[in-house]
Amino acid sequence: MRRITRIVTVGATTAALALTATACGNKSSSDTASSGDSAGAKAAIAYDVGGRGDQSFNDAAFAGLEKAQKDLKIKGSAAEPSDGEADADKIQRLTELARAGNNPVIGVGFAYAPAIKKVAAKFPKTTFGIIDDASVTDKNIANLVFNEEQGSYLAGVAAAKVSKSKTVGFIGGVETPLIKKFEAGFEQGVTDTDPKVKVLSQYLTQPPNFDGFSKPDLGKAAAQGQLDKKADVIYAAAGLAGSGSIEAAAKAGKWAIGVDSDQYNQKGLATYKDSILTSVTKDVADSVFNLIKSVQDGKPQSGEIRYGLDKDGVGLADSNPAFTKMTDVIGAVDKAKQEIIDGKITVKTTP
Amino acid sequence: MKKFDKDRLILGLAGPALALVVAVALTSLVLLVSGRDPIEPYQIMFDSASYVDVQVLIINQAGTYYLAALAVAVGFRMNLFNIGVDGQYRLAAMVAALVGANVGLPGPLRIALIVLVAMLVGALWSGIAGILKTSRGVSEVVSTIMLNAIATSLVAWLILPKNFGVQPAGSNNLTTGDIPESAWFPGLSLGPEAGEIYGFTFVAVACGVIYWFVLGRTRFGFDLRATGASESAAQASGVDAKKMVLTSMLLSGAVAGLVGMPTLLGDTHTYSIDFPAGIGFMGITIALLGRNNPVGIALSALLMAFLVKSSASLDQHGYEKEIADIMQGLIVISVVVSYELVRRYGLRRQQQKVGEELAAGGALKTEKEEAAL
Repeated sequence: MRRITRIVTVGATTAALALTATACGNKSSSDTASSGDSAGAKAAIAYDVGGRGDQSFNDAAFAGLEKAQKDLKIKGSAAEPSDGEADADKIQRLTELARAGNNPVIGVGFAYAPAIKKVAAKFPKTTFGIIDDASVTDKNIANLVFNEEQGSYLAGVAAAKVSKSKTVGFIGGVETPLIKKFEAGFEQGVTDTDPKVKVLSQYLTQPPNFDGFSKPDLGKAAAQGQLDKKADVIYAAAGLAGSGSIEAAAKAGKWAIGVDSDQYNQKGLATYKDSILTSVTKDVADSVFNLIKSVQDGKPQSGEIRYGLDKDGVGLADSNPAFTKMTDVIGAVDKAKQEIIDGKITVKTTP
Repeated sequence: MKKFDKDRLILGLAGPALALVVAVALTSLVLLVSGRDPIEPYQIMFDSASYVDVQVLIINQAGTYYLAALAVAVGFRMNLFNIGVDGQYRLAAMVAALVGANVGLPGPLRIALIVLVAMLVGALWSGIAGILKTSRGVSEVVSTIMLNAIATSLVAWLILPKNFGVQPAGSNNLTTGDIPESAWFPGLSLGPEAGEIYGFTFVAVACGVIYWFVLGRTRFGFDLRATGASESAAQASGVDAKKMVLTSMLLSGAVAGLVGMPTLLGDTHTYSIDFPAGIGFMGITIALLGRNNPVGIALSALLMAFLVKSSASLDQHGYEKEIADIMQGLIVISVVVSYELVRRYGLRRQQQKVGEELAAGGALKTEKEEAAL
């Protein structure tokens, strides 16, 4: 008996291994896709590292897709990346989505740039969108980019105005050029408003460690450190990790500034919402929806689509009544906003 | 003459086989408990892997995994646990990419230089752990984990635009600049639909052969394995154990340095902040599963690459692709358990056999007697 079971197990594994090793075929995964399937319009997004449920960037893109599903009656699909994947995997993913008849296909995050460039050339009739990158261009590529530094500048103005200790803190999730735009804008906003205010800056992790976008305990510890150094306003551009910073600031009775979406209204942060002065919003959802709509309307967007303060692509949320009551702060913010739109103030993108 | 030992082979295969069966069964159980079809995900994965372009992805990924697992296995054979392969290959790939983009050498020479630099940097980084171990007795497990974190920070600092990094116009990425096309490692193209197999995948195979030869067929390999089995015994027979620790650590790091090469030379041609990370840890799993045997590791690498690549399509069919992650985790656990079980079974069997032979009275024949018969 024993011998038989052993032989069976050995046989099964050898077969399984042999299958993986020698599975041969001449079809390619994109062949099966029904490109002519015009039963309904389809759109797809391919997520960045972190995927859905990151409470930030990827979720915002999904919100845009969801809205398009409801308002435009399209069928949306999404694909997640795997850890430690290379460009080849992204190319594969985008190709599959394009072959399946999705139009547009949107890559969430700058990491998709090299892959979009190659795949877009293969599917000239499909529109491709890429968020946060303007380095790859083609007739059928729409580069959806944001002036994060402008929204952050306004946050800096507000922070400098409300700070009593003359010390404010910036917490960046992962030290990437993208997050540095937030830092640069914030710092400039603070210094332009009140040169005496000191800005403490800190990053949670360095790539390829992206924990700084996902681990609230890191944000909390960093915020605690800044509070100990007398900071009384803390701006965290750190995705989900930022909720830890908000918690720490709220518990200390200080101000927190949220990021990406209006965090005052986020359910998970309801306990601390009174301490959330405002949030720097970045309307990824809207940009995704607009691109899908433009394709539906037969006038697909192409080239650089920049979302700045002028188009409300970035901005400062005003849902906290305590914030709107500070008329002098609101006045300063509105003035700065107008000056940026008019081009009187140019906000730096690097610190 | 050495006889072909059927028993040993079967026992050797039983370990991974048992582990895989248990892992698959447990994964199905997880699926069942969460109210999903326990079989369909496997079908989807096998379907996906029957496409030629996915096969190319699997093979390319397996080549990278293979190098990582070899690097880990070199350490394992010496009873050293090099957890630092991850940091070693990332730092090595980054520095090599930087050198490759900036040193003006003709194509093939430039490739040779890139590979050499990668191996040296990998060896340097693991060598730190080796020196710490031989001179201060610091456990390589602790030091290599910490060196991983330091490598991350070092790479992040080196790649800043104010140091050596480049930020392409309009991009939010940082790179080390592009390696010119003359120094791209040629691959084996299988047509426009299938893509191409990285040329470096074949180098990985060659590394497997070298690994087999050096460890199994040379004096050095014997010393290394002997020191791994018992340091004091090896020392008594004239092997400098400390030197062996340092050498195998350097060797492990040099192989680790190659891990980033298939991707760097065959695909990205630059090191950017989204360069694949975490392959070093996959290498540990694979080396364990493959029992440090060059062929075993190759099969394990293919299996893991299959799991990772074919699971990508689960998303499109309403399953979470994390199913493959669960499976990988379960494989690691069951590998450890099943190897121990099989080892004990083998031991018992051996005792039984000797007992039987003794009872039969015909035991303990010397080789001379056997030859005389």
